[in-house]
This record gives sequence, C-alpha cells and structure tokens, in this order.
Amino acid sequence: MRSLKRFGFAVTAVLGLVWGDSALAGPTLDGVKSRGVVTCAVNTGLAGFGMPDQQGDYKGLDADTCRAIAAAVLGDAKKVKFIPTTTQQRFTVLQSGEADVLTRNTTWTLLRDTEQGFNFAPVTYYDGQGFMVAKKAGIKSAKELDGATICVQPGTTTELNLADYFRTNRMTFKPLVVEKLAEVENAFFSGRCDAYTTDRSGLAATRAGKASNPDDYVILPEVISKEPLAPAVRHGDDEWFDIVKWTIYAMIGAEEKGIASSSVDDALKSEDPDVKRMLGVTPGLGKALHIDEKWAYNVIKQVGNYGEVFERNVGSKTPLKLERGLNGLWSQGGLMYAMPFR
Amino acid sequence: MNASSTRRGSAWWNDERSRELLFQALIIGVVIAVLAYLGHNATVNLRRQGIVGGFGFLSHEAGFEISPALIPYTPADSYADAMLVGLLNTLLVAAIGIVFATALGLIVGLLRLSGNWLVARLALGYVELMRNTPLVLQLFVWWNLLRISAPGPRAAWQVLPGVFVSNRGVAFPVPEYDPGFRWVLAALLVAILASAALARWAGRRQARTGRPFPVLSAALALIVLLPTVVFVALGAPFHLDIPQLGAFNFKGGVTVTPEFAALVFGLVVYTAAFIGEIVRGGIQAVSRGQSEAALALGLKRRHVLRLVVLPQAVRTMIPPLTNEYLNLAKNSTLAVAIGFADYFSVANTILNQTGQAIEAMTLIAAVYLSLSLGLSLLMNLYNRRVALVER
Repeated sequence: MRSLKRFGFAVTAVLGLVWGDSALAGPTLDGVKSRGVVTCAVNTGLAGFGMPDQQGDYKGLDADTCRAIAAAVLGDAKKVKFIPTTTQQRFTVLQSGEADVLTRNTTWTLLRDTEQGFNFAPVTYYDGQGFMVAKKAGIKSAKELDGATICVQPGTTTELNLADYFRTNRMTFKPLVVEKLAEVENAFFSGRCDAYTTDRSGLAATRAGKASNPDDYVILPEVISKEPLAPAVRHGDDEWFDIVKWTIYAMIGAEEKGIASSSVDDALKSEDPDVKRMLGVTPGLGKALHIDEKWAYNVIKQVGNYGEVFERNVGSKTPLKLERGLNGLWSQGGLMYAMPFR
Repeated sequence: MNASSTRRGSAWWNDERSRELLFQALIIGVVIAVLAYLGHNATVNLRRQGIVGGFGFLSHEAGFEISPALIPYTPADSYADAMLVGLLNTLLVAAIGIVFATALGLIVGLLRLSGNWLVARLALGYVELMRNTPLVLQLFVWWNLLRISAPGPRAAWQVLPGVFVSNRGVAFPVPEYDPGFRWVLAALLVAILASAALARWAGRRQARTGRPFPVLSAALALIVLLPTVVFVALGAPFHLDIPQLGAFNFKGGVTVTPEFAALVFGLVVYTAAFIGEIVRGGIQAVSRGQSEAALALGLKRRHVLRLVVLPQAVRTMIPPLTNEYLNLAKNSTLAVAIGFADYFSVANTILNQTGQAIEAMTLIAAVYLSLSLGLSLLMNLYNRRVALVER
C-alpha cells in the first residue's frame, strides 16, 4: 500500500498544479513567514544527507541546509518541516508549492534548471556517480561490468548516466529499477544485482548503513559523471532564490573566515569589515535580502559553518568516512567558494 | 410528451421539458466552466514557473534502459518507444494474469463446494488468507522469497537440461526462429478453425439425430497432428537456443525475471481467491432442482456440471468477473513497488526525467482507462451472448 500512498501523494501534487494558487501567488518568503515554518523536501532516508534518527529527527547535510534556511529567515533552525520524498516525487512536490525548497541530494542539470522550472542554489556537495560490487565477485573496474544486472533508482540522472556510460563503452546491462531506496538496497545486498550504482556518497552511505558487513563490498574506482548536488527552488521567485543562495554562501563564507558556531559570538567583536557586514554588526545585507540583519549570525550559531556541517554528517568521524576532497574550501584545493558579502 | 407541456398559458419555467433542458444545460455549463478554470489555472501556473507544456517531449531521446523489453529497445529510442515497451509489459502481465487467475479461480470455486470436508476447508482458508491481506504485501513476500531462496547465477540450479533457476530468474531454452515456423503457425490456425467448424457440425448433428460425436479427441488430434505433419514435411528445422552462463547472467534462451514472476504469480493467486468466490456463488445460484433433474435423466456427474450447471452459472458470473479482470489489470501497477518495468513504472520515470507531470499523468490515466474500457467491452459482448434472452 505504501507505493499506492506515494502515488496518491504525487497525484495530490499534480492536483496542486491544477488547483494551486496560494503557494505560487505571493512570494515564498511571505508564505514561510505567515506559516512560521520552512517546508523542505528531503530524502526518505539517505544516511549523512537526509535520514530520520531513532527519535524521528531528520539528520544530515541536506537536513542541515534546510535548518540553516529556517535560521536565516525565521531566526530559529528548529522551525522546519520535512517532507520525505522519493526520487520520483521530489520535483512535483516542489512545483506544486507543497515544499518551499528541495534539499534532497539533487543534481543540478540544464534541463532541470530551465524546462522543468527550477533554480539551483550553490552546490552543497560535489559528487560523482560510481558503482559498488560485492568483493567476492572479484571485479576491479566498471569496464568489466558488460552484461551485468545493475540496481538503480528510477527518475534519476543516475539512471541516464548509467545508460550513457554503457553506450559509450559499447557494453550492455540489465537494469533493475526500484523506486524505494530501501528496496533497491535490499535487492543489491541479496545478490539480485551484480552492481549498485548511485552517487559515490550514496554508495558510502548505503555500505556504512545497510550492509551486514561493510568490508564485503567495494566501490569501484571509476567516477562516471559529475553530480553537483544543490538545493532547488521554483522559477519565478527571485527574492526566495536569493535567500536560499546566500544562506549557503554564509555557511561557506563563515568557514573561509574561520567562524564556527562556538566562536561566532566572539566574531561579533571582530574589526574585519567583511565579518561585520556578514554578521549584521554593520547593517544592510539583511535588509537587502528582506530578512533579519542577524540572519547569517543565526545560521552560524544554530547550524554551523559548512565545514562543521560536513564533518558532523558525512566527515571522517562518521560511518560514511568521506574526505573533504572537492568539497574543501577553494583555498585548500576544493571547490567551495563564497561570493563577496557586500 | 407530457400533456402539461403543450398546455397554453403556463409560464415556460413551469414546463417540465424546458425545465429539464435548462437544468441539463446548466450542469454542462458548470462542468465546462470548472474544467476551463482548472485548465487555465494550470497553464498560468506552469507558465509562471517557466515549464514548457505539451506532448512534444515524447519524441525526445529517452536515454534510460528498460529490462525486460518485448521489442528491441535501446536508450537511444524515444520516450514514446519507452512507453510502448512499458505498455507491452503491462499487457503481457494482464493477459497471462487473467488467463491463469480464471483457471485457478474456477478450481478454487469448485473445491470450495467439494463434498470433502478437508478440501473445502483448505480452499476456504486460501480464499480468506488471500482476500484479507494487502496485495502489495503479498507481492513483496513472493518477490523476496524468489530472490532470497534461489542461488546466484553461478550456482544456478539446473532443474531440467537447459533450464536454470537462479536469483536472476528462470532461464529456459526456446526454439530458434526459422522461416518455416510461419507455415507451422498457419497449419495450427487452420486446425483450430477446422475444429471449430467440426464442433458446430457435431452439435447440429447431435441436436438432429441424437448421436454424439467425439469432438474433443477429434479436435485435439487435428490441432496436434496437422502442424506436426507440416513441421516434419519442412524437414523439422529445430534448433534450441539454450541459455549459457555468461560473465554475470544467462545469455540466450528466455529468462523470466523474479520481478515478472512475482508480479504475475501474486496477481494470479490474489485475484483467483475473489474469482473462486464468484464461481462458488454462480454455481450455488443454479437451483438444485436443475442438477437433480439432470442426474435423474441419467447424465454423469461431470456432464451435469459441464452441460447443465456451468452454462447457467456463467450467466451470473460474467458481470462480477469483469470487475475482477479490471482489478487485476489496474493492480498490475503495483509492479512499481517490486521493480518490474510496467507501463506505470516507465511513465513515472518519464514524468520524473521530463518534469511533464500533467502530460504524463494524463497519459497514464488514458492508457489504464482504455485498457479497462476495452476489457469491459469484450466482457459485455460475451455477456450479451450468454445472457438469458428474455422475450
């Protein structure tokens, strides 16, 4: 029945497009303020990115991005509502206005950015697609996967990259497409598929969280795609787009300036004019974004800078054990770069 | 025409006929206005979000792989091709499901009426268990059973020579295609038509003279012998395409995947429980006097069932049976939960890849509506044939 319920959900979302008015009529910011809560579409359960813990509290990089937006707009990171979505529902839920922002490991692509009607905020995780296989299969490279059965989730760039990669290398494969993440993982671990493909961070999360013995599985070296995972908002509301965009820059900018949640109160006394503007000591930026001058302070104080969020959710001390790599600051060889706060 | 409607002097709104017309026009007007409002609203909302509407996307390259596919399909084909692959998968599931569910349902219904206490109780237990648990749960059970209980392809069980069972499905040999097969197929068709003609002739003769003719054995002989003779005459061009273990999966032959098997099996055993009850009800609706009279005439028990009871029972069974067939066809959309690429699953993927939510939903609705209406039409035609002719 679960899948029926989920289809029902998609139907409601489509009906939202047909009936819907309230969510689209005014700017999203007004809606968020009057409801007093930021509604985010997140993953149904991907360790490190968006997954409810035992108390039902959503944890992960994507969940924290949502909390940061709530902190910036409403001054309270707890004023969030999470809508768990599958790969198939996520866009409809955002289009219909049911969610204010999509923070759900979603790849930024041209068609999504244009025809599908979304705008992408800065990337929160630079990822790439890979393959995971059972160690005992003795496979060393994705090039050896000709003829294999491969588990994949539907409606993803993953599904398209997979077909592209095999076409490019003149190989064939059989897809096993299952919508629910937990079911596709089960199918792989039970041996129904020779390989499981998704973003490498997702592979690490699945291996750490779901395998009975994580050491029995290896992630193959090939990275077959670029997967810049970024939050998305609807076309047509630039005010809201700006807020989401600069919330993420605030987290990255804070790390650049060495400001963490523990040191942000000291930073208020800083003489650095950049820091003064960012934290609202010198007013102006909050007004420009139509939110409180303390917006960035609230983000850093309540959620943390990008580095803190990364280490807390997916870093080397978590079961995912991901390196900063591409997701390090630009000054340390990564791609994280905040635009100037002025 | 009503007498009051022609009476002069009364106001037109007191006229029954014009009032009926007015109300009908009003209702149609309201429906059109609501639809127009919804359509307009959707268009405006979509335009505001900069979403390009229309069905033009159907000719774009799909870019994703589908397995299993009944027709040749590659990711370079269009979304429309992908939808066709999904549609054929759905039709296959529905067709096989309906045939087997009917057969199993008939057996279950008869067993429910069995004089043997244990058999009747077992059939009852089966019906109650199947009818009172969610179908999606049953599908998950079958799928997981098939997947977990069977070994990997390298340790596949060879149950018959050339037939391999593994967690990738059941791989079995099929005859390689030969141009001569067309003649064999034609011979089979001829044999079937001839059998039908024979049955008609035998029926007429029995009605006229009372002498029975062994139609069943004659027809069987015809259907088996004629194609065989043609086949041998062509030099018996027979080569088996036997599955071979490749690096990962079996190559060659035909493989029935666990997803397909679980879906069809699940739908069949679930729907058969409902059909069994319909069969039981239909048979019990035929008055006992009918079978008693037939027995008194000296008919054998199996003849009583086949010639007297079932033809009358079928009349009451057809309308509810149509419902069950429609349910089976629509329930096949649960394939999406267990990873079988049916129409619903493929269309859902396309919805997601293109973001054309309204168009994709419309197509899904249109296909299942046509499928259901087509099925009901066929069943209604059949119903008209078997229904009691009232004079």
